[in-house]
Amino acid sequence: MSEQHRMASADSAGENLPSLAGHFSNGRLERVLRNGDFAVTAEIAPPDSADAEDVYRRAALFDGVVDAINATDGSGANCHMSSMGVCSLLTRKGYSMIMQISCRDKNRIAIQGDVLGASAMNVANMLCLSGDGVDTGDHPEAKPVFDLDSMTLLQIIRKMRDESEFLSGRKLTKAPPVFLGAAANPFAEPLNYRVHRLAKKVVAGAQFIQTQYCFDLPLFSEYMKRAVDLGLTEKVFILAGVGTMPSAASALWIRKNIPGINIPEWVIKRLKGSDNPKKEGQDICVELMQQLKEIEGVSGIHIMAFKQEESVKNIVNRSGVLDGRVPWMPG
Amino acid sequence: MYIMRKIMVTSAKPANYIYHLLESALVKLDPLWKRLGYQRSEKTIAFFEKNIKAFLFDCKMCGDCVLDKTGMSCPMNCPKQIRNGPCGGVRDNGNCEVKPEMRCVWIEAWRGAKKLTPDSRITPDLEILAPVNHRHKDRSSWFIKIREITDTSGDRNV
Repeated sequence: MSEQHRMASADSAGENLPSLAGHFSNGRLERVLRNGDFAVTAEIAPPDSADAEDVYRRAALFDGVVDAINATDGSGANCHMSSMGVCSLLTRKGYSMIMQISCRDKNRIAIQGDVLGASAMNVANMLCLSGDGVDTGDHPEAKPVFDLDSMTLLQIIRKMRDESEFLSGRKLTKAPPVFLGAAANPFAEPLNYRVHRLAKKVVAGAQFIQTQYCFDLPLFSEYMKRAVDLGLTEKVFILAGVGTMPSAASALWIRKNIPGINIPEWVIKRLKGSDNPKKEGQDICVELMQQLKEIEGVSGIHIMAFKQEESVKNIVNRSGVLDGRVPWMPG
Repeated sequence: MYIMRKIMVTSAKPANYIYHLLESALVKLDPLWKRLGYQRSEKTIAFFEKNIKAFLFDCKMCGDCVLDKTGMSCPMNCPKQIRNGPCGGVRDNGNCEVKPEMRCVWIEAWRGAKKLTPDSRITPDLEILAPVNHRHKDRSSWFIKIREITDTSGDRNV
């Protein structure tokens, strides 16, 4: 089969689907969500290598259980393979990608160029983030860019897509058809304003939201109730974030060292009391997924199984949140 | 100065009032600036602006001042310089994730905004502030404002 044919068949099987009315992208994630199916996404660990096989191997861990894969953009301000690189490799195999874009390392010129490049490579979803401060990562001496923030980044990509022009007003000859996402942290101070901030992201252009780890379900339910009351869940799909804690010690470390992650006492207690804390952490994740699915306005789950990516398949299958639906996989 | 910064947020209402009074006075003095020459005038105004606002707000002279829209808490003091905050990393005690000893600039912004008016601009209307215009760095935002109002030639690059 010629290279051209091979690409074409990968496209028709994977992303770059025919345009549908009322849809903004040609990707599967938007279709799954608009179809009312409960979606599952997961974060891939970008390798510290220049080997494409590393990326393919890591993506294959999610085959058949996720609708789209998040490619992180130097998360925690640590250096890894770029989200652009990971996305370009995986879209070639037909995977549905969510390219994370952080404002920490690139200015508006670089970011808009990446949006066009990524879209040309069939990246259908982009997640707009302000990004972590450089001080938290492995290169604290780096220059923090922060030319934009998550809100203005959302606005700019929406403008590129809907008005077919750069921020400067210069015209594009083809607009990037992207499904736009943003992050939300319902658990960080000021708690009272978090739903308002969500509303602002929707105004800025967010069509789907992936949240920070949800452990505190009473607090999250309250947040969701307010979001539903404000009519936000009719405008944006909310994917609740979950993760697996390998031990009580690491949960305590995260609680102490990573601001904005809320891990309640019951989680620590269960991990401490278990003979097999790694399995206990996965059990907790499965239970949370099942409970989150029942909360009004939750459209899906976003799994951030840091260093436990190989357990994701088992966790999703055990949770039953897909109701027997098998997401696309390369085959 | 950090302590003054907090006082300015606490007294956001009078601070905002005086700020606008000063701004409109500077606008009214436009004929004077014109006579002295705009370039020379801007230098003088910038000198005063830099010193006054550095003392009161820890001003960084971005030249794109939005104090009246952020509860008199300057967003340039956010380590991520977020114009539409706060980010998701605010600590449980309301302090910054990057500078743990500093109160989150955006928690301060909401505190100040609540004092400005019941329908303070950050809270209900979902206004999204534009990214900083880096060409205005080290210029007087007061002067830029004056020229925006008084310059009728339609030239954006005043």
